[in-house]
Amino acid sequence: MIQVSGLHKSYNQTPVLQDIQFSVSKGEFFGIIGPNGSGKSTLCKLISGVVGMDQGEIRLDGKLLTRYSRKELARMLAVLEQEALPPVGFLVREVLEMGRFPYQNWLGEEALDPTPLIDEIIHMLNLSELEQRSLDHLSGGEKQRVALGKALVQKPMVLLLDEPTTYLDIGYQIQLMDIVRSWQKTTQVTVVAVLHDLNLASLYCDRILMLHKGRQVSVGSPEEILRSSLIEDVYGTRPIVLEHPVHHLPQIMLQAGG
Amino acid sequence: MKRRLAAWGGVGIATLLLSIVVSISMGAASLPLSQVWLILLHQLPGMAEHIPVTWPESAEQIVMKVRFPRVVLAILVGASLSLAGAGFQGVLRNPLADPYTMGVASGAAVGASFLLLFGLQIAFLGQWSTPVVAFLTGLFSLWIVMRLANTQGKIQTETLLLSGVVVQAFLGSLVSFMVSLSDKMVNEIIFWLLGSLSFRGWAFSYVLLPYLIIGLVVLISYARSLNLFALGERQAAHLGVHVDRTKLIVLVTATMLTAAAVSISGIIGFVGLVVPHLVRLMMGPDYRLLLPMATIFGGIYVLWADTLARMLLSPTEIPLGVVTAFLGAPFFAYLLRKRKQQGRG
Repeated sequence: MIQVSGLHKSYNQTPVLQDIQFSVSKGEFFGIIGPNGSGKSTLCKLISGVVGMDQGEIRLDGKLLTRYSRKELARMLAVLEQEALPPVGFLVREVLEMGRFPYQNWLGEEALDPTPLIDEIIHMLNLSELEQRSLDHLSGGEKQRVALGKALVQKPMVLLLDEPTTYLDIGYQIQLMDIVRSWQKTTQVTVVAVLHDLNLASLYCDRILMLHKGRQVSVGSPEEILRSSLIEDVYGTRPIVLEHPVHHLPQIMLQAGG
Repeated sequence: MKRRLAAWGGVGIATLLLSIVVSISMGAASLPLSQVWLILLHQLPGMAEHIPVTWPESAEQIVMKVRFPRVVLAILVGASLSLAGAGFQGVLRNPLADPYTMGVASGAAVGASFLLLFGLQIAFLGQWSTPVVAFLTGLFSLWIVMRLANTQGKIQTETLLLSGVVVQAFLGSLVSFMVSLSDKMVNEIIFWLLGSLSFRGWAFSYVLLPYLIIGLVVLISYARSLNLFALGERQAAHLGVHVDRTKLIVLVTATMLTAAAVSISGIIGFVGLVVPHLVRLMMGPDYRLLLPMATIFGGIYVLWADTLARMLLSPTEIPLGVVTAFLGAPFFAYLLRKRKQQGRG
């Protein structure tokens, strides 16, 4: 679904990403992790097409990213950001309808009535009670759910998550990730998620890419990536890695220093 | 959405028609409302034979030669400025942006006074030359304001306002300089600059109308993009909006509207600030509704401001710009306070 090869990006002659190479297959849940400043967000911006690359290429569904028009790309790929929605006066339902923008002609019409789709997503995300509330009266967790809803209304083939759980408490974090995973199961959407939380990455991702100082350290399954020696090399702290008693996936525990 | 547009549109147009008739009836010679209605209806094609002439010839002269053209011009100027303000606010995501605070109105004024000073108003392009030159100088000052306000690719509300003030002060001094250069033209420039709609006749409305129609069509076609802008530029890009292209087109269109209005009526401040804000309060943030409604209510607002301008100290006229600034500046202060209390709005 996504092929990235030989990717380079610099800001003011300082390289932020070098030699990035990976591919993600259809329906995969692909994680990108790395410490602050490792280039995760830049990689995310390159894949979403809002920032251009210096060298290398990204292909989406076999076609070069740069060959997509803005609207074509928005039909192909939706993005959920850290802090997705500002406190403006739009109603929740109106915001979800905005997700149909890439399908509309210049008069704001589209071939098929999107109402059933929007109703389905409102139901799935439990937004029925909020539907007629305006964004400036929602909590952070509720807003993030609306933002996810808007991304799903876009009916993308690829869902790109840029640290979507940063400002959420643990309950909302799990809720959001569960929604994404169940949506993925029903629609075969490909998910690429930049995550800060290594335990969360381990629980949800099929494969993980680890970045360090703009270079890719390793790509592999959670078991291959979440090893205490590798984490110490990259993050500069040595955690204890344990197996999750229920999910049988690696989980890390931090150790206080000195 | 369409139903809300129809409902509010109906309210807007009804208010507009009522305002026109009431305003026309007011003046040194007061005319009864019913008479104004009949005189106006009488002008409609095919209506003349159904409505017997029951009014004195002088009344028709006052309505058709003096008051009606002025009322129409006031509406067009107000509509253009208000629409321009809504456009600036949408694309800059800044509730305090307007043709006046952005320095665009002053920029347009420099070009227009230059032509007035050298008596070139109708050189080059006939009656179109003042709006065109005002557009170019307005665009140039917008560019300077944006450059000044831009720090590392970001434009903050406060910085933008400060840049607007600086550029405005500089351009204002240029205009004053031109005023002092001219001896016989002094009154003409000053009177025009303070904003006035008296004795402008129909010709000016014909010049302004096409600008307003083009501006309205272009901006309304970008209404959904402006809605997405409200969620943030990055969000808009992710949803398939050409952010830079949209910004450029909306800014240029809003500047064109401003320049056309300024070149006809001088600087009438704060219209583009007050009206879109009130419309937003009443009808919500959706630009598909906001843009047409700001246009209609902008027309109504300036119509009443101009009526005040000619009635308050009658027979002396207060410059229209003085009236709108008197109403608008406190409103601006109120918005600024409210924004501060909310933190980052």
